Amino acid sequence: MDYIFDGSYSGYLTGLFECFERSEWDATPRSAAIPQGSLFGSHRVITTDLTKAKRVQTGLMKQLGAKDAEAFFHVFLSENPSAWTSGYKLIQQVFKGRPNILKNFGEHDVLYFVKTLKQVNRERHRMKAFVRFSKCTNGLFFATVEPDFNVLPLIATFFKNRYADQSWLIFDVKRRYGILYDQTNVREVHLTTTLAGGPSAEATSFSLDERDDLFKRLWKLYFQSTNITARRNLKLHVQHVPKRYWKYLVEKN
Amino acid sequence: MERIEEKLAILADAAKYDVSCSSSGSRRRNNGGIGDASRSGICHTYTEDGRCVSLLKILLTNHCIYDCAFCVSRRSNDVRRAAFTVGEVIDLTMNFYRRNYIEGLFLSSGIFKSADFTMERLLLIVKKLRLEERYHGYIHLKTIPGASEELIKEAGLYADRMSINLELPTEAGLKMVAPEKDHESVKKPLALIQNQISTYKAEKKIIKQVPSFVPAGQSTQLVVGATPKTDFEIMQVANTFYQDYKLKRVYYSGYIPINDSHSLLPQIGSAPPLLRENRLYQTDWLLRFYGFKLEELLDPAHQQLDLTVDPKLSWALRNPQFFPVDINRANLKEIIRVPGIGRQSAMKIIHARKFGRLYAYQLQKMGLAFNRAKHFISYADAPFILGAPSMETIKQAILSESTSKYASKVHTHQLTLF
Ligand code: SF4
Repeated sequence: MDYIFDGSYSGYLTGLFECFERSEWDATPRSAAIPQGSLFGSHRVITTDLTKAKRVQTGLMKQLGAKDAEAFFHVFLSENPSAWTSGYKLIQQVFKGRPNILKNFGEHDVLYFVKTLKQVNRERHRMKAFVRFSKCTNGLFFATVEPDFNVLPLIATFFKNRYADQSWLIFDVKRRYGILYDQTNVREVHLTTTLAGGPSAEATSFSLDERDDLFKRLWKLYFQSTNITARRNLKLHVQHVPKRYWKYLVEKN
Repeated sequence: MERIEEKLAILADAAKYDVSCSSSGSRRRNNGGIGDASRSGICHTYTEDGRCVSLLKILLTNHCIYDCAFCVSRRSNDVRRAAFTVGEVIDLTMNFYRRNYIEGLFLSSGIFKSADFTMERLLLIVKKLRLEERYHGYIHLKTIPGASEELIKEAGLYADRMSINLELPTEAGLKMVAPEKDHESVKKPLALIQNQISTYKAEKKIIKQVPSFVPAGQSTQLVVGATPKTDFEIMQVANTFYQDYKLKRVYYSGYIPINDSHSLLPQIGSAPPLLRENRLYQTDWLLRFYGFKLEELLDPAHQQLDLTVDPKLSWALRNPQFFPVDINRANLKEIIRVPGIGRQSAMKIIHARKFGRLYAYQLQKMGLAFNRAKHFISYADAPFILGAPSMETIKQAILSESTSKYASKVHTHQLTLF
């Protein structure tokens, strides 16, 4: 049975709550935002209900502790429907009295869940590393990224703590939203499009600080100077810095 | 090229032979300024030779009054010289850091005028970064051999990690190529800092507000392959330094020939011993995280590591009496000693077997190198073997399965651990 939710984590958890209400253990979460599967198969449309979502979340925290409960959110951000389904199966087990199910590494759903979790966390780590800020004349530091998974929510605190005294914006090009920090709070921003479909004037009116280009050049120069030709190993290089990230990396341009 | 670009090119180039790039192990918090030091460290990019770039690694200057044969900056070498001003180092660090290029600064220097004069400059830079820029990111500072106690102690209050390079594993080797240096001038500051770290830790238990002193600890570097020393000798030195000075890391750096004038050193153009370097790191890892004793891996009768197989496999092949290890009953210590099983997969096994005995199809998915491990373990559906096959047979089987991997390793440098 497909459970079509609105694409939010609260929607995902609401669906889970309802599968318990109906004892529908074969519930398969599907996002309305990502059309797929047969539209004609049996399905229910889930209306996001914050109270229900909250109850699932509190239950998970109680059963598993904060860290493992959080893992379900991370896996959710993979945007991978198969991993979403594994998540449903595991939460069902947890509430059926097997809270240590996550440690059963001999079982398919656990392995798939853990594998996805690892991928998401790796992407999160990569984004902490690969964000490259440019400085604007108005003092804002901004960066564009294109992560494999929707990891911006997972890096906000890291950047907030580290760059506490500068305003910054990290924009996910693929998902068309960003996180903006104004030296007090982090909030989500969306690109408002003009009627012509191009980015709004506000979004494109940044101009770069006059010394920004100098530091880009110095960084590239540093990158080349610190390389040891006698040890050259491009295979390893590409393994660590896969090509799809290159266009956002100053030193690779 | 502008002057600052020229300086950066020269002084980054001269610093790059120091392999340590680690930015981990500290826990500096940002309070009201910029930056923090994350506990696990971050590699912001990788060089084309596959090394992690985490820190802005530069020399303050490559002018030097000494003449160590293994060093590019030695007095007698004909290279371009440059020196940053204090302000330039700070400007570069802050601007790279604010753009998220780096985790912090790794600052070292050739010795100009005197050890103290040099150390004072380095100290001034870290002090300004911390106090004026309110910078809380990572700082790795090289201790200048021969600098006074006061300067070293004060620097320790601002740096996350301090290191001083032994360079050559034995005193005799060092004397041969760097007559002005000795191991004592390295051991003294190591001991001094270790002492301070312990004192501060003890005080911290009584008074909360004690400042942190070199929170990420100390490290040192050993150059491998410059003089003819055996792996056993090298690891013995490393081991003693881990024990005596509680070092966080020892780095092994395959010697890259940069000097044709010294007949004792490998000549320019000879390949750096990358595979050997990798084997030493693997051994180091086994000693620190896998509960191995040095004597189990190397001993006077067994002075060199096997280049064809990694040291754990090599140990297992020499010690058939410990195998097979029963995956469903053995303890963690025994399981992590199995070739092909790392710490993570060992933990998974321990957890998973609480749910029932483990079979091959489950082990294959747990992230261990099953094809290698299978020769050394038994599991629920392990084939029953009458009379254990000889270790030589197993070695051949493993080598033939992974020929490509081991063969290509001889040429490329890839730091895979087990
Ligand atoms: S003292 Fe240091 S910088 Fe100077 S030549 Fe020796 S190793 Fe090189």
